[in-house]
Amino acid sequence: MNFNTSKNNKHNNLRNIIIYFLIFSWVFLAAFPFIWTFWGSFKVELDFFSIANWTNAITGENTEQTYGSPFTFVGYHGAWVQEEFWKAFINTSLVCFFVVFTSLTIGTLGAYALSRSNYKYTFWLLIMALIFRSMPPITLVAGYLPPFFEWNLWGILPTTIIVLVSINQPFTLWMLHSFFQNIPKELDESAKVDGCSQYQAFGHVIVPVMWPGIITTGLFSFLLAYNDFAVTSMLLSDENRTMIPQIAAFLGTTYTEGNVMFAVAAVVSATVPLFILIMFFQTKIVSGLTQGAVKG
Amino acid sequence: MKHKTFFWFILPTFLAMFFFITLPIISVVIQSLHTPHENILITVENCDPFGCKKVTSIDHAATKDLKNEKPLGRFVGLDIYLDRGHLAFDQVKDHWNKSKDLFSFFSLISDLPFYKAIFFTLTFTFTVTPIMLVLGLLIALGVNSINKQLKGLIIFFSLLPMIVTPLIGSIILFWMIDSRGIVGNFLQLMFEDPNLSLKASTFLTWITLIVYGVWHAIPFSFIVFYAGLQTLPKDQIESAQIDGANTFQQTIHIIIPHIMPLITFVTLMQLMDNFRVFEPIIGFNAEAHATSLSWIIFNDLGGETRQLSAAATSSILTIFGIIILLIPVLIKTWKEFDFKK
Repeated sequence: MNFNTSKNNKHNNLRNIIIYFLIFSWVFLAAFPFIWTFWGSFKVELDFFSIANWTNAITGENTEQTYGSPFTFVGYHGAWVQEEFWKAFINTSLVCFFVVFTSLTIGTLGAYALSRSNYKYTFWLLIMALIFRSMPPITLVAGYLPPFFEWNLWGILPTTIIVLVSINQPFTLWMLHSFFQNIPKELDESAKVDGCSQYQAFGHVIVPVMWPGIITTGLFSFLLAYNDFAVTSMLLSDENRTMIPQIAAFLGTTYTEGNVMFAVAAVVSATVPLFILIMFFQTKIVSGLTQGAVKG
Repeated sequence: MKHKTFFWFILPTFLAMFFFITLPIISVVIQSLHTPHENILITVENCDPFGCKKVTSIDHAATKDLKNEKPLGRFVGLDIYLDRGHLAFDQVKDHWNKSKDLFSFFSLISDLPFYKAIFFTLTFTFTVTPIMLVLGLLIALGVNSINKQLKGLIIFFSLLPMIVTPLIGSIILFWMIDSRGIVGNFLQLMFEDPNLSLKASTFLTWITLIVYGVWHAIPFSFIVFYAGLQTLPKDQIESAQIDGANTFQQTIHIIIPHIMPLITFVTLMQLMDNFRVFEPIIGFNAEAHATSLSWIIFNDLGGETRQLSAAATSSILTIFGIIILLIPVLIKTWKEFDFKK
């Protein structure tokens, strides 16, 4: 634009300063807590929670006095080895893998059917899924407990996996449904003209072009399973706990025993996989968040 | 698609949702209408050389038989809905008659556990949602107007507060606002009050939770609005610039109307999301000052006692609240669905 006069330029400079200030304060607020806690997790409690001087948390003065170096892995050793956090890590891995795999398998089939049919019952199924999706999962737990206790299904991983898959189905269906709607129906039709059955059209023609959508939906299924606290803490026994309920349990016990740094190390350990996930799948996450929104 | 093909495609997901969502909801409704059996008492006369005494004790065998016969407990209708732990009609009526003005009425009923939770849940929902909308839009407008190289990095860090587990995010902030943590320390220096603690008062706890809620929710509105800004009509903006409209006028008259559907979308999603606020209360250890509907259910379900009936009743009331918030979304879906003509 060549219409800017010098007065306008001054105005624009001020505007740019405000914009950069706003953006950098947000990025700082978003990132700083994680950087700070990550750095602090290699210190002793007296540095992490500093009464004397807050700069100790950066320099690690007390850590150096105790261990001869400003960095220590004592918290991590305590959490992973002493408190056996590795068990929770394995449980989380199992839960996430099976939840993502099962959700995507049955969700893709269901969402494909919903996107290729426009009878009245299709609409009502989608509406039911929408209502189910908006209900907080914790409201269902009272319904799970009596039968699970009665049939000895409570506390084990397979039960929790099936429950998480089912709770996540409404979300998975809606997300995949909107991806499927972007794939033209003519593609199915031409496959059927060439002699495919509906199942073959789905398997050989539709799924190959759906992969980006399936991966994006899988990421969100993963996050739902990984981040769940309400259901997993209610349905898993102590030894089968996944990471998030295990951290909540740490909070109670480590405070009384003076092992807060174990909890800090556990929290940082549970954040790392998410950090890596965002690093590799940033654009997929963004496209998933805007899916269905941008189209109105 | 033919009915039969449709049936086989939808069957697995339908069964999963039927057995693990629909049936549990029915079970929750039934449980909310029943309460555990009272113990059956038995009075026996014990006679010894010094005389006879009547002793009342629990008849364990009979109680057990009754429990086996009717495992749901006894039917009490809507009694649990109306008891002190839930809608507490008697207490509310009582407070209404006793209190002189609306303010004292509200302060009286906010001591009832269920209303206390509703007050916090609604305050949280209706403060976090508008704040995150405005801040998210401002950040999106800002990021949209700077040069490209930085954008990826900004979006990467912006995603963190939302993607990281809510429980973990709130624990991390909880450690920082601890009076020995960096933010707590900083606030004490700023207000020159060495005893300042964000955990001590109800008001400060609510502020902390709301700040967390906004921090957690901004990425969602930012990302959605930012995506919407990529589809702005360039010619309209240019002609507005030629006509001499400044940035503010362009935002109000062109940008906001263009992304209005997105603002509605984010608002509706956020109202429902914030209504179920739960993890931050655990993470911030805030249950003494702030409870939510989800927290009440969690609290009833946990521990040694497992009060299933009470939890079931709170669950049904929460679902009602969610459905009220959901009505606009349902209407929108109805209008947009492409029914077979």
